Amino acid sequence: MQWVNIIAQGILLGGLYALYGTGLSLIFGVMRLVNLTHGDLIVAAAYLALLAGRFLGLSPWLSLLLVVPLFFLLGILLQRGLLNRALGRGVLPPLIITFGLSVIVQNILQLAFTADTQGLDAGPIEVASITVVPGVTIGVLPVITFVAAVIILLGLHWFLTRTTLGRAFRATSDDPTTAELMGINSRQIYGLAMGMSLAFVAVGGVLLGVRTTFSPTDGPARLIFAFETVIIGGLGSLWGTLAGGIILGVSQNIGAQLNPAWFQLAGHLVTLALLAFRPSGLFARTRDGG
Amino acid sequence: MSPIKWPRLKPVAPGPRPTRSVSARGLAVWSALLVAALLSLPLWGTSDQMRTIVEFIIFLALAQMWNLLAGYAGMVSFGQQAWIGLGGYTLIVLAVDLHMNMFLAAVLGGVVAAIVALPTAALAFRLRGGYFAVGTWVIAEVFRLLISSSTTWLQGGFGRTLTVAAAMPRPLREQYTYWLAVLIGVGSIALVYYLMRSRVGLGLTAIRDSESAAMSLGVKITRIKLLVFIVSAFATGVVGGLIYLNALRITPAAAFSVQWSAYMAFIVVIGGLGTVEGPIIGAIVFFILRDYLSSFGPWSIILFGVIAIVMTLVAPEGLWGILQSRFGFEIFPVRRRLPPQQ
Repeated sequence: MQWVNIIAQGILLGGLYALYGTGLSLIFGVMRLVNLTHGDLIVAAAYLALLAGRFLGLSPWLSLLLVVPLFFLLGILLQRGLLNRALGRGVLPPLIITFGLSVIVQNILQLAFTADTQGLDAGPIEVASITVVPGVTIGVLPVITFVAAVIILLGLHWFLTRTTLGRAFRATSDDPTTAELMGINSRQIYGLAMGMSLAFVAVGGVLLGVRTTFSPTDGPARLIFAFETVIIGGLGSLWGTLAGGIILGVSQNIGAQLNPAWFQLAGHLVTLALLAFRPSGLFARTRDGG
Repeated sequence: MSPIKWPRLKPVAPGPRPTRSVSARGLAVWSALLVAALLSLPLWGTSDQMRTIVEFIIFLALAQMWNLLAGYAGMVSFGQQAWIGLGGYTLIVLAVDLHMNMFLAAVLGGVVAAIVALPTAALAFRLRGGYFAVGTWVIAEVFRLLISSSTTWLQGGFGRTLTVAAAMPRPLREQYTYWLAVLIGVGSIALVYYLMRSRVGLGLTAIRDSESAAMSLGVKITRIKLLVFIVSAFATGVVGGLIYLNALRITPAAAFSVQWSAYMAFIVVIGGLGTVEGPIIGAIVFFILRDYLSSFGPWSIILFGVIAIVMTLVAPEGLWGILQSRFGFEIFPVRRRLPPQQ
């Protein structure tokens, strides 16, 4: 029963990773951009919710109404003001710019909030749990996180397959030049894609903050979890991202059970093993043009 | 019917000045003089000067190797700290546990890094572009976590000390460390220079310009990239040995910190990607900036980030690129140009 419990917790943790991975996967799918600030922005969203609680008295759930739109706008501004200039000039410029931003965000958080760990207070729901069968108890919060991830993935799937704008996203992903000939402004699409990516980041960040404590230097680890989710699931596949998150969460939990120091290591090793035996991930869709 | 009036052609603005290179003999003479001056420093310089030069060479050589990967072979890695850490730990294990000469152990750190680089490449080469960068970072994290989990032998996160260093008189140790550093600094530049002037360099240039065209002309892309990856791991591993020969104390968190790769990238971006001179200029600028800004704490790191972003957007060719296009001058000619038209 203990193992069933551990695997159940791992599956639910996978929901959080799927949220991280979806944002990374979306912008890679649309514009082949790898955003190295992804993890730091997850942490920054948690800090923004902290501020909303401190100065506006908003609960973490209500702060989502503020943090998510702000991050959506931030994404559009970031892409159109900065990152669009770096696209189409090779591999290095977007990496240097987003890595530079990552360093900047980390140190600004450090200056503003010190290196101490913080947490978001969502009240009794944080520790509430449901006993599914005797011996298997799951937290309400992880269930909410998992359900949020599934709803976001369903919504994104519907958006990409059923709406005109979603079709423009897919067209730009396939071939930006031809899409432009059809009247699609690819720079605008890129801005919207980054906005959506950061909106998911905001949800993931606030849920992270409610779930556990965070500090300014937690970003890189979050980026790596997002990356591993995408690698396991396969580039460009939304349901692969959910599967990737679940596999990562389960392997980390099993690793931690064997030895508390193996939480991260187990996730890394499963990712590398997948890379060795199934390099395109479990459900790859997007072709990486290099 | 009036004759057709051709528009008067305006004189064409002169193109970029033809690049003048230092002659092969000039380069040899000047390098020999510089190396002689550097090698003789222990005879006339102070111990502080030696320490500063060792530290400078560490960053210079690291940046040369990062540039070899990113600037010439198009492989942007954020996992070069893997080789620093493996080099450093190899030094400790060989010198302290197996009583080997510590300078030899530092160099063997590179050999271990090169050996481990082979299976690493097998995994990392399945990723491209930005995912290659993060993938190499994850692999470096695996090494960090594995070494941290050896709590008895390698003392886990607490780290280990190069205790045998105390057996050698300090001035002598500093002198040998210094000479090894000069050798590594000169070696890293010579390595990139000769590699780029060889067939490998020609292949790399072809890959950089067009991978598919290079492949169709018979350039063995994977083999060349693998060679460069392993050479870069070897030299970075040797530098890792040097770093901990100098620092005497190693922890997994510091040795496998992604900050190393960040410094390498910063130096190369500031100096100029894909040139031998770029990392030299970049390392000088980085060294001076770091010295001036060290008292500003987090602000200095924020400024480094801003500088890297602005340089990438405004002057992607780096400081050396700016100097080169203005003065039409190069010290280490590794480009191949068409002979002048008659």
